[in-house]
Amino acid sequence: MDWSALTLSLRLGALTVVVLLPLAILVARPLAWRRFRGKAIVEALFALPLVLPPTVLGYYLLLAFGGASPVGRAWSDVFGGPLVFSFEGLLLASVIVNLPFAVQPVQRGFEAIPGELRDAAFCCGMTPWRVFTRIELPLAWPGILTGAVLTFAHTLGEFGVVLMIGGNIPGETRTMSIAIYDRVQAFDDAAAGRMAIVLVVLSVAAIALTYALSARVGRRLD
Amino acid sequence: MGSSTIGNQIARLGRVGARAVAAAVLLVLASAPGAPLRAEEAPVVAAAADLQFALADIAAAFRRETGASVTLTFGASGNLARQIRQGAPYQLYLSADEAYVLDLAREGFTRGPGAVYANGRLVVFAPQGSPVAPDGSLDGLRGALNEGRVQAFAIANPEHAPYGARAREALRHAGLWEAVEPHLVYGENVAQAAQFATSGSADGGIFAHALALSPAVGRLGRFALIPAAYHTPLRQRMVLLRPAGATAARFYDYLQQPPAWALLDRYGFARPDPQAGD
Repeated sequence: MDWSALTLSLRLGALTVVVLLPLAILVARPLAWRRFRGKAIVEALFALPLVLPPTVLGYYLLLAFGGASPVGRAWSDVFGGPLVFSFEGLLLASVIVNLPFAVQPVQRGFEAIPGELRDAAFCCGMTPWRVFTRIELPLAWPGILTGAVLTFAHTLGEFGVVLMIGGNIPGETRTMSIAIYDRVQAFDDAAAGRMAIVLVVLSVAAIALTYALSARVGRRLD
Repeated sequence: MGSSTIGNQIARLGRVGARAVAAAVLLVLASAPGAPLRAEEAPVVAAAADLQFALADIAAAFRRETGASVTLTFGASGNLARQIRQGAPYQLYLSADEAYVLDLAREGFTRGPGAVYANGRLVVFAPQGSPVAPDGSLDGLRGALNEGRVQAFAIANPEHAPYGARAREALRHAGLWEAVEPHLVYGENVAQAAQFATSGSADGGIFAHALALSPAVGRLGRFALIPAAYHTPLRQRMVLLRPAGATAARFYDYLQQPPAWALLDRYGFARPDPQAGD
């Protein structure tokens, strides 16, 4: 059992959720309520990581963040190390890869809030911020929590992107899925099997939680 | 009425769940190590996949003797070289083909031209129950191909894995390339090719002698050495990279001393020709 890979995966998953959720809320709220030209394009762009092969994403991220890119060069000028092959690089990639997994459930969560309810809140003289924190967020939270769980679970399982830009460095970029791949190539099936079971259990727990939450959303909409 | 009570209970459960998730997130964040394993603690050594077993043993011996440790990461030599160009934080690079090292040296990524540490050899491998009888001249493979009994045959990807490129040369030398090519499955590196060849999903394969000599691999089938004359030599060169620190340099020296040679020898690597040093 590669404990450093497990904690690394959990850290990556948790930090991805922490960074991505506020972003997702920022993006999903207008997508849920506003109509504007090109909305379909915007939604398509946010859904893109869902259908792109991870190797394609990984390839573009490598181009975008690698040592030859302006972003990569600026990063290494400031921090003295490369962005790719680092935990920070993985986190950045993970946030991008998980956009649809966070944005879509959060958007569904906001869409489920009746417009009259917000109008009523405004009529009562609540400030927009108060409406947001007291009315919208609590009502949208099943969607938000679903987004968080999906993002977390998906990050644990992500392989292609991590392999492309991670470089398989223990304690830094060797996540669970990479460690499993590594163990299989080292003919260490016992260790690979143990880690695979841990990932399966974590994933089933996460998906079960998601289903329980979406069942609740469905009930509330009835 | 009943349903609303249930609804409330579910809502409460949901809130408990949310708190549990939040607590778990905080726990994981709090357990984050202050600084990741890096630099001097245990420098990262990027090594060709054929060293999978040999280098693990050498690193263990190095730790016993010096108390210092290195972190190993394995891959196809070509991919590792590409990662080094893109700034991967490796301190020592052990390639299965010296061409990659010499290119990096020319481009200024290394400290000098490094040193040849071993010569690699190829084996043809057949898993238990395979129609291929492994022999150095590849006649068994030829026979099985002629009889149409080979479904899949594994080699490393010749594009970026030196053992894949040499396997292709050996197959061409034996006049088997055209016959075997439609059946080839490519491993991303030589260890994955070995994985394919031993798992029984392929009828055999060509990979590194060093991997076949490991008990974990050897017991899965039979193998035979392919004559060195069938392919250009696999001169394996290592080099200290720009970010290398003291531990990496010590390990580099250690690899050129008798205890490391003995272990390389056990894994079928030929001793480097002293002339080839640099």
